[in-house]
Formats: sequence, C-alpha cells, structure tokens
Amino acid sequence: MRYSALKVIKESLTGHKGWKPVWRSPEPKKHYDIIIVGGGGHGLATAHYLSSQYGIHNIAVLEKGWIGGGNVGRNTTIIRSNYQLPENQPFYEYSMQLWEEQEKDLNYNTMVSQRGILNLFHSDPQRDAYVRRGNAMLMSGADAQLLDQNGVRELYPFLDFKNARFPIKGGLLQPRAGTVRHDAVAWGYARGADSRGVDIIQNCEVTGFQIKDGVCTGVKTTKGEIKANKVAVCVAGSSSKVMSMAGMNLPIESHVLQAFVSEGLKPFIPGVLTFGAGHFYVSQSDKGGLVFGGDLDGYNTYAQRGNLPVVEDVCEGGMAIMPAIGRAKLLRKWGGVMDMSMDGSPFIDRTSTKGLYFNGGWCYGGFKATPASGMCYAHLLATDEAHPKAKDFKLNRFLSGKMIDEKGMGAQPNLH
Amino acid sequence: MIINHPLLGPRDSSEFVYLGDASLMNRPQWKGEEADLVKTEETIKQYHDYLYLRNNPAGEHQELWYHEQGDRSWLVVTRNTTTHNISQVQMAKDVALKTLREK
Ligand SMILES: Cc1cc2nc3c(=O)[nH]c(=O)nc-3n(C[C@H](O)[C@H](O)[C@H](O)COP(=O)(O)OP(=O)(O)OC[C@H]3O[C@@H](n4cnc5c(N)ncnc54)[C@H](O)[C@@H]3O)c2cc1C
Repeated sequence: MRYSALKVIKESLTGHKGWKPVWRSPEPKKHYDIIIVGGGGHGLATAHYLSSQYGIHNIAVLEKGWIGGGNVGRNTTIIRSNYQLPENQPFYEYSMQLWEEQEKDLNYNTMVSQRGILNLFHSDPQRDAYVRRGNAMLMSGADAQLLDQNGVRELYPFLDFKNARFPIKGGLLQPRAGTVRHDAVAWGYARGADSRGVDIIQNCEVTGFQIKDGVCTGVKTTKGEIKANKVAVCVAGSSSKVMSMAGMNLPIESHVLQAFVSEGLKPFIPGVLTFGAGHFYVSQSDKGGLVFGGDLDGYNTYAQRGNLPVVEDVCEGGMAIMPAIGRAKLLRKWGGVMDMSMDGSPFIDRTSTKGLYFNGGWCYGGFKATPASGMCYAHLLATDEAHPKAKDFKLNRFLSGKMIDEKGMGAQPNLH
Repeated sequence: MIINHPLLGPRDSSEFVYLGDASLMNRPQWKGEEADLVKTEETIKQYHDYLYLRNNPAGEHQELWYHEQGDRSWLVVTRNTTTHNISQVQMAKDVALKTLREK
C-alpha cells in the first residue's frame, strides 16, 4: 500500500477503515541468507537497504520485544552532522544526506524537520574550538555558521545572555540539522523491508549462537533454532550481553541516558538548542512539549531507568540558559541503555567468528546515524568489504592505536 | 543510590566519582623484554584487554567508586546492574591487600 494525499482524503471520508498493518507477522523460516539480531532503527534500516540496494531479500530481523521499543523509540530525536574527525564526520554527513531523502525513499512520513541545531558558546576559547569544528564540518561538505551574540538573539531572544557564570557569547549553527519522529523511523524502515520480503519477527529473543570450528551458522531463539549464512548483531545497549554468548568481550560499557518531556507549551523554541557549559539540550515537539536531555547517569546499568541527581543536573542546565521554562511542569521521563564505547565511537565490523558481524557502540548519538549505519552495515554484509564511509569503525582499533576519540577522554566510557 | 561506606556509613552516590569495573585494579605486570618480541606482543595484548575490554555483565558487577566529596577513599562496590541493588561495599585497599596475600 502506497501512501498519498488522495488515500488520506478517501480514508477520512470513510471512517479510516481501510488502513492495514504495514508489516506482516510471519513465523520464522528454517533458514535465511542473513539474520539481523535486533529490530531497532539500525537493524531495520540494515534490512531495508539490504533489500532495496543490495538485492538480498531472504532476511529475518529478530526482535526480542516489539520493534521501536528500544533506543530508537526512546531518544530525543536530534539529527546533526557536526563532528570533526576525518573518521567520523564524513559518515555523519552521509547520514544527513540519507535523512534528507528518507521520506521519498520510504514513501513514509518520518517528519524529518531540518530546524537547525545551535550549540551555544560561553567563552572565547570555546568560540575558537567551535570555529575549528565549523571548519571541519564545511570541509566534509556539511553546513555550519558561526553566530555572534546578536545572531543568537535573533533566533532565541529569551535566553539568559547575561548569566553571571556562563554568559552566552554566540553559537555554532548547523541549519540542516534538526529532529525526526523516532518511532516513524522504525516503522518506515520495517514497512520498506517487509514490502521486499524481509521477515520481521517480534517477541523472538536470540538466546545463543550456533558456532562450530569458528564459523557461525545460525542462532538459538525463544522460537527455536534458525540457520543463516550470516548473522548480523545490532542490539545497541545489549551488545555486551549478546556478544558474550559468542564468547566475545567488547570495548563497551552499558550506561543509562535519561530523557524528559514537559507539559505542552505554545511554540517558542524554533530549533534544537544546546548548552555549552553543562549538560542540557532541548527542542520543542510538534505537540508543544519541550523534549530535553543531558548527561549519562554514569555507572554501568541495564535498567532502563535513571536516578534523581541527573534530573536535577539537567534541569539546572536548562535554568542556566532559559529561566523562562522555570514554571513549566515536567510531564514524563524515561531512560534507555547506551552501548558506550571506549573512545565514544561506533563499530561496524566483522568478528573473529566467520559469518558473525557486529554493529554497535553508538553511545548516545546513534539515532542520527540510523540511515548511514543501515547502509554501511548492509554494504558490509552484502560485499564483505567495509563501506568507505565506515571503514574506520573497526573492533580492533584499540589494538592498532587508531581510536576515534573526538573528546580526547581516553578509555572512560562515561565521559564520552 | 545509597552507598554504605565501610567507614562513614550510608552516603549518597552523587558524592562519588565512578571509575568502572573493579578488574581495573589488576593491572598486568610489565614483563616483556625488548629482545623478546613474542613476549612483548603478548604483554601488549594483555594491556589492551585490561585497558579496553570489559565484561559489562547484566547482573552482579564489582566496580570502583571514589569518594571525592568525602574521605577520598576508593571503594569496591558489588552492585546489580539490572536492579541497582548494592550487596557489598569494601575498601579498595582491603581488597587489594587480600589479593596480594592470596598470590
Ligand atoms: C534518552 C536517549 C536520548 C537519545 N538521544 C539521541 C539523540 O538526540 N540523537 C541521536 O542521534 N541519538 C540519541 N540517542 C541514541 C540512539 O537512540 C541510539 O544510539 C540508537 O537508537 C541505537 O540503535 P538502535 O535504534 O538500533 O537501538 P535499539 O532501538 O535499542 O535496538 C536494539 C534492539 O535490539 C533488541 N535486542 C536486544 N537483545 C536482543 C536479543 N538477545 N535478541 C533479539 N533482540 C534483541 C532490543 O530489544 C532492541 O529493540 C539517545 C538515546 C537515549 C536512550
């Protein structure tokens, strides 16, 4: 079923009775060319691009819960390509370009909204660092503009520019950045993949791998054993748990990140805004709620809930730049488990087990990467060669010394 | 989360800084000699595993917390990563001495 304006009008006149589920709920077959473990954004995007770009259709996506129930449905929906290393920035810019054509590609309204992201700076050295970052962005083909205080005032007149501790001196703007409706991304990719024959199997947890003589030939699941030529793991926060079943220890720790939504307010935040001196980033959803977040709780956890000190920290960050929101009520908060890597960068790679592939380590920035991650993982699975945009996302980079440590924090995952 | 400090009693976890897996206390000994290339590579591998790889279990986890806003001691906390329930808190020093004695 293709969506069109005509179809919407027809349905609204006939009581919306013609809408059907947009993916099937099949039972698993005995054998697939490729099994993707994890029906999050990345797993579903991989299935979509494998079937649409690489002509492989005999694929299953195995999801232990329901698709969209993981981080893809828990994030604060920000997309941007404002990184600065040669190993990561071209990848994120590629992702941005895929976002720009996503709705057309999927024939699905994912509400890609390029409303711009503004990273505030509060001191002269920070401005210099942002100039450098902006230049790195421009060199990768992305867009970047440096705004002085007046430039920021035009966009956000209500900010606390004269804050005694962290006065706002300007900001780095990426106009093409923005937000995307996160669960629509999962559903859109699922629909695309399903329409080309991919089996999306929910409530099917992978409980082990079938590995013999260093070759992976399938998985064990709560719905029985399933064989495959290739098994592609893509389980975000559960990466260590799942890969340990294949006997692997990863350069990853699991940490919780919380997100918050306020009561609905009239539109007053036009884009995405980040505090440069603390942990706070915010945008306003189409329903009017302020969607915001901050830092990790900071300790290993698999519980999808955080603690109160971070709530306080995030709210203080918000009050430091926009005291106007002080009376708004916090409506909801939740947490998601992040696969925090040792250098803050991801992995899209084979493993030492033949036929077993790994995609993970996306930290708290993997939503923006969804399209490019799916495309590059699909490329790796189809051709057994790394995609040129993701060739440095290797599992052995800590041994070879080629870390991609944008923040320069070292092997301390909770600081990336 | 409340951490029951062996010397100071129950303290809020926000007084602490979190380092990570307590296996970071067991740094491999540097035994490789320049001439012995095979041995050196083995040591590099050991250091790599020590520094970069983690068990990251879902369940009981022994981890290092530093009481920065308190008495500046290092603690080894045994905590469940699925429930946040803390079952044991020891002084890191005691744990290290015990390991030494057992060697
Ligand atoms: C609060 C929060 C805010 C965030 N904000 C942003 C942001 O603004 N911008 C941004 O770019 N990123 C953000 N992120 C990060 C982003 O959401 C993640 O990096 C990304 O979604 C991870 O990839 P995924 O969508 O494939 O993960 P998930 O949706 O988590 O998919 C993994 C799936 O694997 C399944 N699974 C696990 N174990 C098994 C098993 N054994 N068998 C079968 N299936 C299994 C899980 O159930 C899950 O559905 C945020 C994350 C959180 C939690």
